[in-house]
Amino acid sequence: MFLRTALLVLRKDIAVEVRTFEILLTTLFFAVAVVLVFAFAFVREGQAPPYAAPGILWIAIAFAGTLALGRTFERERYGETLRALLLAPAPRPALYIGKLLGMVALLAIAEVILVPLIAFLFASPMFERPVLLVALLAAGTVGFASVGTLFGAMLIRTRTRDVLLPILLYPITVPVIICGVRGTAALVAGPGEPPDEALATMWLSILLAMDVVFLVLALWTFEPLMTE
Amino acid sequence: MSAHDFDTVQLDDVSRHFGRRRALSRVTLAIKSGEIVGLLGPNGAGKSTLLGVLATIVAPTSGTIRYGTATAGESGPALRRRIGVLAHELYLYPELSAQQNLTFFANLYGLDAAQAVPAALDRAGLSDRAADEVGSFSRGMRQRLALERALLHQPRLVLLDEPFTGLDDRSVGAVSDRLRRLSAGGAIVIVATHDLDVADGLVTRVALVRDGRLIADEAAAPGLRARYRSAIGTA
Repeated sequence: MFLRTALLVLRKDIAVEVRTFEILLTTLFFAVAVVLVFAFAFVREGQAPPYAAPGILWIAIAFAGTLALGRTFERERYGETLRALLLAPAPRPALYIGKLLGMVALLAIAEVILVPLIAFLFASPMFERPVLLVALLAAGTVGFASVGTLFGAMLIRTRTRDVLLPILLYPITVPVIICGVRGTAALVAGPGEPPDEALATMWLSILLAMDVVFLVLALWTFEPLMTE
Repeated sequence: MSAHDFDTVQLDDVSRHFGRRRALSRVTLAIKSGEIVGLLGPNGAGKSTLLGVLATIVAPTSGTIRYGTATAGESGPALRRRIGVLAHELYLYPELSAQQNLTFFANLYGLDAAQAVPAALDRAGLSDRAADEVGSFSRGMRQRLALERALLHQPRLVLLDEPFTGLDDRSVGAVSDRLRRLSAGGAIVIVATHDLDVADGLVTRVALVRDGRLIADEAAAPGLRARYRSAIGTA
């Protein structure tokens, strides 16, 4: 029942998105625009600063993720459909997991475009340890989206939600972003340096630990937070 | 009768405060199977909060609500399978078609969508528009679809907030007949409305709410508007 409900919510979110592509396109456009602005600012005569790429990647993910979170829950606010979900005879944390899966899928699509784009624009050897890079991105995305989904749902009836979401979200997810940046930087070493797998694995372990903490807390608090 | 079916809903001393504002204040009310209760009162009286509390999405600050013999906490999520809500906001996804909306909710309630959805579309008079986006529907069409969404799982407790909004005369009659049939089938129907003319011929019992308090609870009788005016003020 739990997994079935989560997948139903995910499928519904995909069906809504496929009708308009509104959130996917705006998120991608914004993420690519952020990367291009950084590229114009930092790349001089074809030379990029050696350690800029990881930071730019995670800034683009965080900013685009915030935009996507806002739009996703704006959709549930229109017609108060989140209330309809809460009225269903399903475990309410399953609704949270369904929304979280949708957000992770959306950010994963953005990352599929962002990583090669950044690797190209900043001449960054991003693909030397692809498995570790994917693991870092997945763990960081889950950590960011788990907090963001909870806050997005919580703020849905708040008039100042667009302002409050980043104010609440960034202080809590900054450790996730820092771990993501440091882990990715360990993989994207400077010229002539080999990737530091041990260091990247350490940052990945911290990210995974944060994911567990954030997910447990979110699942535990979702129902009481959503009951008015 | 399933394990979570119930024949009465009993509110005992239920209050709900939002900060310093008292949306509901010490409401005590018992409603039996087969009744259609008209929840009447001016804007901001607490009608929607009362419906939210009964629907289990607004937690009371104090007091208890029993569905049969059990509270919502004792019954768990399965209780919500027996509650149907039509709110002022329609709980529909405008980007999805009528069929997709009903299929999603049917699946969410564990129903056989292949059986339940075509019947619901037929009752809403929207079979020929099943594949159209709900966003392209008129208010009346959306209202009819939302009502079918709320009743898709054949709830025992039916909570309706302004169900006649945007409906033409024929649809008002059809919805009223539907509610009478539900009530005759054993459902508990609670209708919050400002439409006293429609309520006059429909409800079997009237609960008047003002400033969060239940100020009258009596059997329905002709001349509802006059009684409302004397209890509440202008109508």
